[in-house]
Formats: sequence, C-alpha cells, structure tokens
Amino acid sequence: MPDVTDRRTSPGERLIVALPYLWLVAFFLVPFLIVGRISLSQTAIAQPPYTPVLDLSAGLSGIADFVRALSTETYGLIASDDLYLFSYLKSLQVALVSTAILLVIGLPIAHAMARAPARLQPLLVVAVMLPFWTSFLIRIYAWMTILQHDGLLNQALLALGLVDTPPVWLATDTAVIIGIVYSYLPFMVLPLYASLQKLDETLMEAAADLGCPRWKSFWLVTVPLILPGVGAGCLLCMIPIVGEFVIPDLLGSSETMMIGQTLWTEFFSNKDWPVASAIAVVLLVLLVGPIAGYEALQSRQIREGR
Amino acid sequence: MRRLSPFNLVSLALGLAFLYVPILILVVYSFNASRLVTVWGGFSTRWYVALMQDRALQEAALTSLGIALASATLATVLGTLAALALTRLGRFRGRLPFAAMIYAPLVMPEVITGLSLLLLFVAVGFERGAATVTIAHTTLTMCFVAVVVQSRLAGFDRSLEEAAQDLGCPPLRTFLTVTLPVIAPGIAAGFLLAFSLSLDDLVIASFTTGPGATTLPIRIYSEVRLGVKPEINAVCTIFIAVTAVVVILASLATRRAERREAVSS
Amino acid sequence: MPRAVAPTPARPAGRDARPAGDRAEKHRPMVRFDTVTRRFADVTAVDRLGLDIREGEFFALLGPSGCGKTTLLRMLAGFERPDDGRILLAGEDIAAVPPWQRPVNMMFQSYALFPHLTVAGNIAFGLKQERLPRPEIDARVAEMLRLVRLEGLGGRRPHQLSGGQRQRVALARALAKHPKVLLLDEPLAALDKKLREETQFELMALQERLATTFVIVTHDQEEAMTMADRIGVMNHGRLAQVGTPAEIYEQPRSRWVAGFIGDVNLIDGTVAAIASDGIEIADAAGRRFRAAGAPPVQTGDAVTLAVRPEKFAVATGADAAGADVAGAAPVNSVAGKVADIGYLGDISVYKVRLDDGTVLKASVTNAHRHTTPAIGWDDTVRLSFPPAAAAVLTE
Repeated sequence: MPDVTDRRTSPGERLIVALPYLWLVAFFLVPFLIVGRISLSQTAIAQPPYTPVLDLSAGLSGIADFVRALSTETYGLIASDDLYLFSYLKSLQVALVSTAILLVIGLPIAHAMARAPARLQPLLVVAVMLPFWTSFLIRIYAWMTILQHDGLLNQALLALGLVDTPPVWLATDTAVIIGIVYSYLPFMVLPLYASLQKLDETLMEAAADLGCPRWKSFWLVTVPLILPGVGAGCLLCMIPIVGEFVIPDLLGSSETMMIGQTLWTEFFSNKDWPVASAIAVVLLVLLVGPIAGYEALQSRQIREGR
Repeated sequence: MRRLSPFNLVSLALGLAFLYVPILILVVYSFNASRLVTVWGGFSTRWYVALMQDRALQEAALTSLGIALASATLATVLGTLAALALTRLGRFRGRLPFAAMIYAPLVMPEVITGLSLLLLFVAVGFERGAATVTIAHTTLTMCFVAVVVQSRLAGFDRSLEEAAQDLGCPPLRTFLTVTLPVIAPGIAAGFLLAFSLSLDDLVIASFTTGPGATTLPIRIYSEVRLGVKPEINAVCTIFIAVTAVVVILASLATRRAERREAVSS
Repeated sequence: MPRAVAPTPARPAGRDARPAGDRAEKHRPMVRFDTVTRRFADVTAVDRLGLDIREGEFFALLGPSGCGKTTLLRMLAGFERPDDGRILLAGEDIAAVPPWQRPVNMMFQSYALFPHLTVAGNIAFGLKQERLPRPEIDARVAEMLRLVRLEGLGGRRPHQLSGGQRQRVALARALAKHPKVLLLDEPLAALDKKLREETQFELMALQERLATTFVIVTHDQEEAMTMADRIGVMNHGRLAQVGTPAEIYEQPRSRWVAGFIGDVNLIDGTVAAIASDGIEIADAAGRRFRAAGAPPVQTGDAVTLAVRPEKFAVATGADAAGADVAGAAPVNSVAGKVADIGYLGDISVYKVRLDDGTVLKASVTNAHRHTTPAIGWDDTVRLSFPPAAAAVLTE
C-alpha cells in the first residue's frame, strides 16, 4: 500500500529534489523572468545593449529609477508593426498545416507498426527513431540537395515528363512544410504507436462480434481510446514548430519570416534585445495553453503507465 | 501471428522510404567525384580526404564532443535525481512547479530557451563560451533524461528494494547495489539521448556560445547557408554512420535487458 | 467450493493430525503483537490487534483481501510502523529497529529476485551484508541450494528459471541468514494448482526440519489448513479467531468465521431448553434441533446453529417419509426435496429444499462407483445430524 500520508523526508531525499530543482530554477525559471524584464526596456548602444540597467549601488532610489524607466513601449511597437503580426500568423499557419499533415501521414504508419508481428515491433521503433538520432541539421541539408533548382526532385520530375519547366521548390512554404514534416515525423509516430500498441485488440474483435465493420470500429472504438496519444503527438510537434528557426531559415524564403526567424534577426542582426525579448514573451503567452495541455497529458500518461 | 493488410504494408513502406531516402541520397552523393552535388561524376573519396585537412571543422567537432560529453554527464546525474524525486518522493511540497519545469523544456521552442539563457549569462556577467553552452545543454537535456529514467522507474518493482533491506542492506547501499543496476539501461538511454541532443543543437548553442567555442552544428550551419557542398555530405555521412552504430548497439543492449526483466516481473 | 476444505475421510486432515501439543505449548512467544494499530489515509488496516506467535510454530494469517494480514506481516518485517501498540520479537520491542537490522526475513509474493544477480548471488546477498568471510558464504549458498534442490543452478539468472524454481530461490534467499522468523507473503500464489500442493508439503517438511518459526500470509483457506499449526483468521483489521485448523473448522467462534472457512448451513433460532448434555433450539418454522455442549446461553437467546454439509446423513426412500414433528421423527432430522445436485467426483453436494423454503446443503462421499445416481432431482430425502456435529454461534 503506498504510504503518502506520513512520510518524513530525510536529508538525503531533500538533496535529491534540491539539486535538479535549484538547477531548473536558476537556468530555466530565472532566465524567463529576465526575458520579461528586458522586454520592458529600450534598446541602447551600450553594453549590455539596453536601458535601464539596475544599479543596486544607488540603493532604494536606484531601484525606483529603474522601475520608473521600465516601459511597455516595445510591446506597442510589436502591436503596431504588421511585420510581427504576419510573422506570428505565418508561424501558426505553418504549424497547424504541418501538424495536420503529420497526423495524416503518421497515423497509418503508427497503425501499421502496432499491427506488425510482435518481434518486429522493436525493430520498427528503432527504424523510426534512427533518423531522429542523426543530426537535425543534416536532415534539412539533405532536403536542400533534393529540392534545389537542379536537384534530384526536379531531375526526376523532368525525366518522368511530369513537368516541362522545373518548378521552384526551395525558398517556398512548401519546402518549409516538407522539411518540418520530415523532421518531426518520429515525434508524431511514436506517441501514436505507444497508445495504439497498448490498445487491447480484443476490443476490435468485440466490436466486430457485435456487428461493427472494421472501418467503423476504427472510428468508434480505436480513435476515442487513442485520443490522448493523438493529443500528445500533435502538441509535441506543434509547439516547437511554432518557434522553429532552422528549417524555415534553410528551406524557406526570406520574405515572410516565421516568428523564430524574426526573433533571431532582431537579436543577432538588429541587436535589438528588448524587441527580441518581447517577441519571446508574446510567443510564450501564445503557447502557454498548449504547453499546459501537453504537460497534463504527459503526467496523465505517466500515472497510467504504473 | 496476424498478417499486415496491404494498406498497412504500403503505409510502412512509404513511411520508411520517406524517412530514409533523403539520408541515403546524402550518403551516396558524399562519394561523388563531381563538385556539383547533383551530378554524378563517379565514385570518389576525395571529400573525405578534404575533411582531413579542414582544421576548423575538426576543432568544431572536438568542441562539440567535449560539450556533449560534459553536458550529458551532468544532465544524467541531474535528470536521474529529478526522476527519482518525481517517482519516489510522493507529493512533496513544490512538486507541481517542479514537474512543470521538467516537461516544459521538452516542447519549448529553442529560440526562447536560447535567448533566455543568454540573457541570464549576460545579466550575471558570465563569460560566454564552452562552459555556458554546456550549462544550456544540461538544462535542456536533463529534462529528457528525467522523462526516460522516470518511465524506467515507474516499471520498477519496489519489492526488490524491500527485499534488499529485509536481507540486511541499509537504504543507501540498497540504492547503489540494487536500484541503480536495475534502472541502469534507462540511465544509459538517457545519457545517449542527452549526448546526441547536445551534439545536434544549433539554436541554443548559437545564443549561448562566445568567441572561440564554435560547435560542429554552428560550423556546418554557416557553411550550409552558403549552399550545398560535397564536403558537408562527407561530414554528415560520418555523423550518420557513428550515430547509427551507437543507436543500434544501444537498442540491442536495452532489448536484452528488457527480456531479462520481462520474466522476473 | 465445499470440497476445498471438507475433510472427507479420504484426505489428510491437516497438520493437527500430528501428535498434539508436543512442542508448541511449552515455548515462550517468539512474536507478540500488543494492541497494534496501523491506519492508512482513511482505513484502519490493523485495529488494536493482539497476538502471540510461538517459537518454532507454523502460523498462518488467513483472511480476505484487504483484511490487514499483509500489513501485519510488513510491520513485523519493518516496512510499516504501527501507529499504536508494540511488537515484541523474542521479548524485545522492535519498534526502533529498521528492516535491515531485524532478524526476520521475508519471502515476497513477487519473489523480488534481483534480476541483475545470479541465483547464487541472490542467495548470497543477505550474507554479504553481514560481511561473512567468502568461504563461509560459499558454503552457506551451497547448503541452501541443496536444501531447495537447486544444485547446479547457482550460475543461472532468475529469468532463466521456471516459476517453481524462482519460488525456491526466493525461499533459499530468505532462509540463508537463518532468520528467527521467516515471513511468507502469499508464497504460493503464483504457482499452478498442482505445483502449489506439492510445494505446500515441501514447505511443511522444511519447516519441521529447520524448526524455524514460519509466519505465512494467505487468502487460500486450504493452504492455511494444510500447512499451519495454528491459524489466525483476520477480518477488518482484527483477529476473528485464532486456533488450530480443526478448532477453527469445527468450533468457529462466529457466523463470519464459520462462513469464511469451508461451507456451512446456518440455522437461526432461539434457545428453547437447556439440558445437562446440551441445548434445544427452535427455528422460525417450529423445528427443534439439539446441540451438544454447554454454550453460554440462556433460554430465549437468539442463536445460530452451524452444521457443515458433510455432517448430514442423507436417507432416501421409505426412511425419508414421515412428518417433521418433534417426537415422531428422530432427533435433528428434516425432510425435503432435492433442488440441485453438484457432482464433484469424490463427493456429491445436494441442495435440499425444506417445506418452508429453507435450503440446506449436504455432501455425501461417493464411496461406491454407481452408474445410476442414487439420489435424483425432486427426490424426497431426509437429512439428519448428531447433536455433537452442530456448533452453536452467538456472534
């Protein structure tokens, strides 16, 4: 019987929690607070490149000056300039479209994996995982080779006589979505596979026995039961895709940027730290709901896993 | 044994082809004699020879390996502790924010994590370089380790620990002689994951690095931005070969360990 | 499951068949639970429980799941602490002694064999904690392997063993340290029926040879009856009855115990008369029954008469006719119609419906091979039992 009512935490146990806890507070939580604070500053040609800088040596009046100098001006800038709005919208659009495609491609693959002979299944899991272990950058690079103007895709299309003039792939949204779908496919397939595999197969047999055709029992029995897996897979893909930088940078056009690229440019090219921070804060606010949803699904799965 | 339907077979075949064909093309063209990446000019290993002379690339690779080794080691320790805290300590105070901080980095866009860590290092006046990248990578990858080890611990039979104590083994020694060896495959998998994530990371490293600490992805990225180059194909092929061997060996080891326990549970 | 415990003449009547009182009585208690209480969030798993377990005795804690028997065992091992009360081991309070310093060892229900160690490594684990010299450990491991008949398997890993072999490794590991008390938590639950029965007798022989105190937790009454010197029947965190298997079966202290152990017919009634050699009870339908002995009751008390199915004599044909009027028929005799028959091979169970609708269960040993059943559906039969075969229950 699990005993949670009267547990006494020993010093050793406290240390077990304290080390990772303090690390995460220092390097995960505190940095966010700093991002928030810098988003309320103005850019400056200085080191660090923003004002105000908190001057603790001036005592209380220093803090007061500091607080007075904070402003929401950067947020006003972000709200007024269409560039940022389009950037956010584009990111959301790309994320939604690619997640939908991922689900459509991933579900049949995961379903086939779950129905494969039991001794083959671990092998298939490794096969799906393996590309994920090879570098992310390498995989995008591979698609650059394929999608460029005189690349293999166009060569193949021309040879087959499907097109007369080679279409442009690179620097389009299509290329970005292909790259994203390719990179994130394992993250969609594996959660789906995990929930499909746990599914009791006699449920389908019971449905068939009760007169339900296969395609119908898939919608009536399988889908409701794997919904948590579907949710986890979709969120696991969608959230990072919204903030994706490398894929649109290498495969996409430079005209309309996704928000990750915009943040990158503001930070590295324009050296505008406050705007970059404000972009990050807004992005985080947009994603807080999905992240909370993902965490709920994740801890639920771990609870059920026991 | 049940049979795969034609639909299932086609899905699997197309899915695996989609995953592997681009990588295969990359590998094949790394042996291309022609400088033009898309025109086959005969078999050659000239790009591998060229790599041998690329000092900058080799240095970047060494930097990356060092950072990956250090951050994966740290992340394994911290992540394992975090997993123990989450599975073993019941409902300790502050468990909810703790769990949130473990799961959030898994999905957090890298630009946000990278930017926030950089701003922290600037704020506290930390000189940026290999050390800051290591800290950044540890923060990200410890969460992955925690999740992997946690799933291992969730399937751990607590009566093994009770049996050890019953046979005269005090708690700390029980942890070292029973718990740790049994969850070792999970910890090893976590370490490998952390190592490969660190080796792979471009965005967070770009934010948190400083002069003199150029990692391999940063180096490759700066080359790739300028266009496709056969040397890069060669680097990528070596990278793929190494990871493939490591992952396959690791999964074989895990399967053996799992088979061992499947019976004893 | 009447046949589970019904001690028909064909089967051994459990441990109590041995010369009685030859060893248990003269020893001091090895374990004493002194008004022990253990509460979990909203349930009291063990409720002010007192119990003595004697040295060298094979003691079984028997009860339905959730009755607190496992909690009791785990308190003895040290994995749970009592909220109240004391636990004495060989006369000493062990409240402050952690599990790894208690001279008791446990055999776990899951066996809890260390998957990363060999069989020999598992058995040696506890000895290594005592930092015994290497040769001594090796000798003890070899002795234990011999004891559980696993010679030559010391180098195997647990996953290379069968279920029965794993069970024996777990036993050897727990016995290797020569514990003062061996605790067994449902030790046979994972074995199939045949192997379980064999193992029961092996465990009994082993216990007799080692003369170690064994405390076993089980929900299987047959297992407890077969192996134990004494049984503690638990319900809702309390001991419903403690006694030898025969005492518990033949003289249950309450309706609950009578119903939990084996099959029983319970007849409610009131005490109509008290005589020197027993009492007379009248039930709601006016039937009179006589029970031997002198239970602490007075005329007019509500009591329950417990009669095991195998205590009935079943008469058919002409003997069955006649009215149930007191005096006209023999003592403790009722007539009814067979409503249901269960043929179990060694015995047959008959459900007999009396005139007022009461259903009684009677079992008869199938001593002869008969091709045509002697008793059929709707036959009129007469059930009778001697006054000494009935127990009077007041609780």
